[in-house]
Amino acid sequence: MTAPTGPRARFHHLIAAEWTKMWSLRSTPWAFTVSVLLVVAINTNAAVADYHNWPNYPEGIRQLFVPIWAMRDAFTIGGAMVLMLAAASIGALTLVGEYSTGQIRTTFAAVPARRSVLAAKTVVVTAVTTALGAVAAVTSFAVTQAILSGHHVGLPFDYPGAARVMAASALLAPVCALVGLGLAALIRHTATTIVSLTLLLLVLPSLLNEGRYATASLLHALPQGAWAELVTVGDSPVPVAHPTTIAGSWLVYGLWALAAVVIAAVAVHHRDPAP
Amino acid sequence: MIEVNELTKRYGGTTAVKDLTFTVRPGRVTGFLGPNGAGKSTTLRLLIGLDRPTGGTATVDGRPFRDLPRGLRHVGALLDAHDVHGGRTARAHLTALARGNALPKSRVDHVLDEVGLASAARRRIGGFSLGMKQRLGIAAALLGDPPVLLFDEPVNGLDPEGVLWVRGLFRRLAAEGRTVFVSSHLMSEMENTADELVVIGRGRLIAAESVSDFAARGTRSSVRVRTPDTEALTALLRAEGADVRPAAADGPLMVTGLDAPAIGELAHRHRLRINELTTATASLEEAFMELTADSVEYGAEDPR
Repeated sequence: MTAPTGPRARFHHLIAAEWTKMWSLRSTPWAFTVSVLLVVAINTNAAVADYHNWPNYPEGIRQLFVPIWAMRDAFTIGGAMVLMLAAASIGALTLVGEYSTGQIRTTFAAVPARRSVLAAKTVVVTAVTTALGAVAAVTSFAVTQAILSGHHVGLPFDYPGAARVMAASALLAPVCALVGLGLAALIRHTATTIVSLTLLLLVLPSLLNEGRYATASLLHALPQGAWAELVTVGDSPVPVAHPTTIAGSWLVYGLWALAAVVIAAVAVHHRDPAP
Repeated sequence: MIEVNELTKRYGGTTAVKDLTFTVRPGRVTGFLGPNGAGKSTTLRLLIGLDRPTGGTATVDGRPFRDLPRGLRHVGALLDAHDVHGGRTARAHLTALARGNALPKSRVDHVLDEVGLASAARRRIGGFSLGMKQRLGIAAALLGDPPVLLFDEPVNGLDPEGVLWVRGLFRRLAAEGRTVFVSSHLMSEMENTADELVVIGRGRLIAAESVSDFAARGTRSSVRVRTPDTEALTALLRAEGADVRPAAADGPLMVTGLDAPAIGELAHRHRLRINELTTATASLEEAFMELTADSVEYGAEDPR
C-alpha cells in the first residue's frame, strides 16, 4: 500500500470540520441562545425603566433623551459586558477546549498544518460570533426603541448613526471572541484563560480613569473603550477631557482582532501540545 | 514504511529518546516494545509531528509527517484514546475528522461498523468506557484508509474478546500490505501479534529484528541435565566455566554457559552417564525482561 488517493483536501474542508466541531457540542446552541436572551433582557430592562420614569423626568433630561439616552438604552454597558464575556468564552473554548481534553493531538494528527487549523477556527469563530453580536444588537435596538416609542422618543433604524452603533455592538462580539482565541493559544488552560479574559476585557476598563491622559488613552485602546466611543451619538452634554475618534476606535477593533489571530497562529505553530 | 534515523529528543534536562535508528516495513506487524518510560510514546509523537526532534529524523514514506497538509490518508494513529472531546458523539467526532481530510461520509459509517461502535455512534464519548474509546481511536486511525498505522498501547482497556479482535485486525491490516506499528510494554502481547520487533529501553535501541531472532538471542539458553553422577559432573562443568544450579534436590541440573553438545562431549570424555540433556528455550517474555533489565526506568528495588 502506498500512494493515497482521493480529492485534495482544501481549506473549505477544514472550515466544514471546525463548523461540525463547534455545533456538535451541546454547549454551543445554549451559549448562543442564553447570551442573546441575556443581552436583550438587560437592554430591555433599561428601556422599560426609562419608559416608566419618563413622566417624572425634568425638561433637561427630556431634551437630551433623543438620541443620547435612547441609544444608551439600546446598548447598555451591562449588555455589552455580557456579550463580550459570552463571545470571548466561545472563542476561547474553541481552542482551549481542545487543549484541555487532549483533542488537539487528535486534531493535529489528522491535520498537521496547524496554522490552517487555526485559520479555519478563526473563520468559524468570527462568523458565529458576528451572527451572535448582530442578532443581539439588532434585537436590542428594535425592542428598546419600540418600548420608548410609547412616549415618542424611540429612534428609527435609519436614525443618523444608528447603523454604526449596531455594527459596533455586533462586531464587539467577534473582536472579543478572537481575543479569547489568542489568549487560549497562549494559556491553554480553561479556567486561567476565562479569568484572564474577564480581567482584560471587563475589569481593566472599569479601573481606568478617563480624566488622566495615559489611562484615558489605554481605555480607548481597549475593545470596551472603543465600543463606548462607537455607540455614542449626539454631542456630549459635558466636556470630554481626552476625546477619541470614531476612526481610531474602528482601528482599535481591527488591531485587537489582528493581533489576537497572529499571536494564536504563532503560538499554535511553535509550541507543541504537551504529552 | 517508517524510517527513524539518529532520532533524539530532549525535554529540558531529560533525554527521552537518544540516537534511535530503525525501519518499520510494510506487510507485517511490528511490535514496539519497552518498559514504561522507555520512550515509545515520545517516538510515536515525533513520528506524527506532535513534537519536534532535538536531532535526527523520523519519516513516513520518505517525508516528515509534519510537512503533509493533511494526515489521515497517509498515517492513521491512535496515540491516546483519551485524546477526544467528551462532549461530542462518536459520529460527530469522526465526521469532523473526515471532513477536514476530504474523506467521504461513508467512511465514518464504515469504520464505526468495523470497530463495532455502530450502535453507540450517537452517544457522547464522555460516557464511553476505556475499551470503547480505544475502539473509537482505532476507528479514527482507519478513517483515511492509510498505508501506515501507529497504535500506542491499543489493548489497554479492551476485554478479552476485544483483544482477540484487535490482534486479528492488525494481522489483516498487515496482510493488506500496510505498515502496522504497535507499541506495548507487555512482551506477551507482541508474542501473539507481531512479526518484527523494535525494542527500546531508556530511549535507546535494544533490538530491531524478527520475533524469532529476538527470542533466540535474548537470553543465555540453559540446559537441563539429569545424571546419576551429579557431584562429578557439577565439578567438571564448573571447571569449564559453566554456571550450575540444581533445579531441585535430587533433580536435574540447570546449566548455563555451555550448550548441550559441549556438555555431552564433556560427559562422554569422562565416561559419565547422562540420562537427560534438554535445551530450555527461554520464552520471549524472559528474553525481553533480560534485555531490558538494565533499562527499566521505574523498577522495584529487586537486585537480580
